[in-house]
Amino acid sequence: MNASWPDFGPLWVTLRLAGVTTLLLLIAATPLAWWLAFARNRMRPFIEAVIALPLVLPPTVLGFYLLILFNPDSGLGRFWLMLTGDTLTFSFSGLVLASMIYSLPFTVQPLQAAFASMGRAPLAAAAMLHASPLDAFFTVAVPMAARGYLTAAVMTFAHTVGEFGVVLMIGGNIPGRTKVISIAIYEHVETIEYAAAHVLAGLLLVFSFAVLALVYWVNRRHAMRVA
Amino acid sequence: MAAQATVAVATNFAAAMKVLAEDFHRASGHEVIVATGSTGKLYAQISHGAPFDVFLAADQDHVRKLERDGSVVKDSRFTYALGALTLWRRDPTPMAGPPQVVLASPAVRHVAIANPRLAPYGKAAQQVLQRLNLWDEVAPRIVIGQNIGETFSMVATGNAEVGFVALSSVFDLQGDAAGSRWDIPQSLYDPIAQDAVLLRHGADNTAAIAFLDFLRSPVAHKIIRGFGYEVMQ
Repeated sequence: MNASWPDFGPLWVTLRLAGVTTLLLLIAATPLAWWLAFARNRMRPFIEAVIALPLVLPPTVLGFYLLILFNPDSGLGRFWLMLTGDTLTFSFSGLVLASMIYSLPFTVQPLQAAFASMGRAPLAAAAMLHASPLDAFFTVAVPMAARGYLTAAVMTFAHTVGEFGVVLMIGGNIPGRTKVISIAIYEHVETIEYAAAHVLAGLLLVFSFAVLALVYWVNRRHAMRVA
Repeated sequence: MAAQATVAVATNFAAAMKVLAEDFHRASGHEVIVATGSTGKLYAQISHGAPFDVFLAADQDHVRKLERDGSVVKDSRFTYALGALTLWRRDPTPMAGPPQVVLASPAVRHVAIANPRLAPYGKAAQQVLQRLNLWDEVAPRIVIGQNIGETFSMVATGNAEVGFVALSSVFDLQGDAAGSRWDIPQSLYDPIAQDAVLLRHGADNTAAIAFLDFLRSPVAHKIIRGFGYEVMQ
């Protein structure tokens, strides 16, 4: 084996983390995005601001707060430890929870936009045809918001893959559990293993480009179809 | 004539450097601008032409590498400080015994060390565990900070029950924050020699040259010792 070839373990941890995070976020963010799209509530701007916070906060701020929030002496940390026998920091589940916070706006915002642009009319029509709200949601709203779901899924996945600062602070760099690709790249650069860093960094670059190109391409096709 | 020098300093030495720079300024009139970072990152910046005049690293390897690359002034390298390692925890109850006892406790879920591949203090921690024949037992509970400062915060925030940190980070903590510690005997790890060097960019910088002389003076040695380091005699 080539000495400059990197260990691909962190790549699998990253893909697993991004996959689990995306799946859970799509489920958790749906009611939230729905509420934001249709609720007339004075609290809405504040909740939207909270959701958008991870977009503007440096990951080190988030990581620092999570380090304090997740520690076994804090309420949440202790509760989790009691429930699972494992700590939130330095564990894969902790990274999933942190990533869900970190990537939340990337899921909520596309879904909210999709629901809002769909409007109330299709659901009102479904209700008139005696569809139950849940039935109407799954047979009418979800298919109509499919593009929003695709954008949300792709962006959430990609953004989680690119996560660095938060994982650095709460992950503990454990191979096979919390050592993700961005940490591995950082380590290769620090130890002057530039060849291995190039392989992983190149992979990430190509992947990120492909993801963004896919999203823009799908959106453009949709725009042309609408036109 | 007062001159100005830019000094790249490994993060673990930043606090001591601040005091040294002030003292040096008072004594000589020269001004020192301090840029801190991890040794690996500073190395990468220097080898890509960063305008630093002096490099105070956390180890010897990176400085030697710069020496081989020809980025430093010949024969200017010397050891300015010897780092000391300590086993530290937030719990202020004095440790019941040596690391074997402390680390074997089931209450210790996580043991924080710095990354042995990146940080000299991490390498030293690994040596301690290996020389005490504890490595295999402790390895599944080890969590790794990318540098010694991050390792410190893992313990300070209560996420790791105990960790191997730089004595310089904890020796002056007061009251409840002081926790308890077990200073590791020097025989359990190779000396953490931190080297300084005059970089080619600073070859003709009078402030840089004067600062390196100052760093070897008894005044500077006293300050350095005051931060929990040893110095070469």
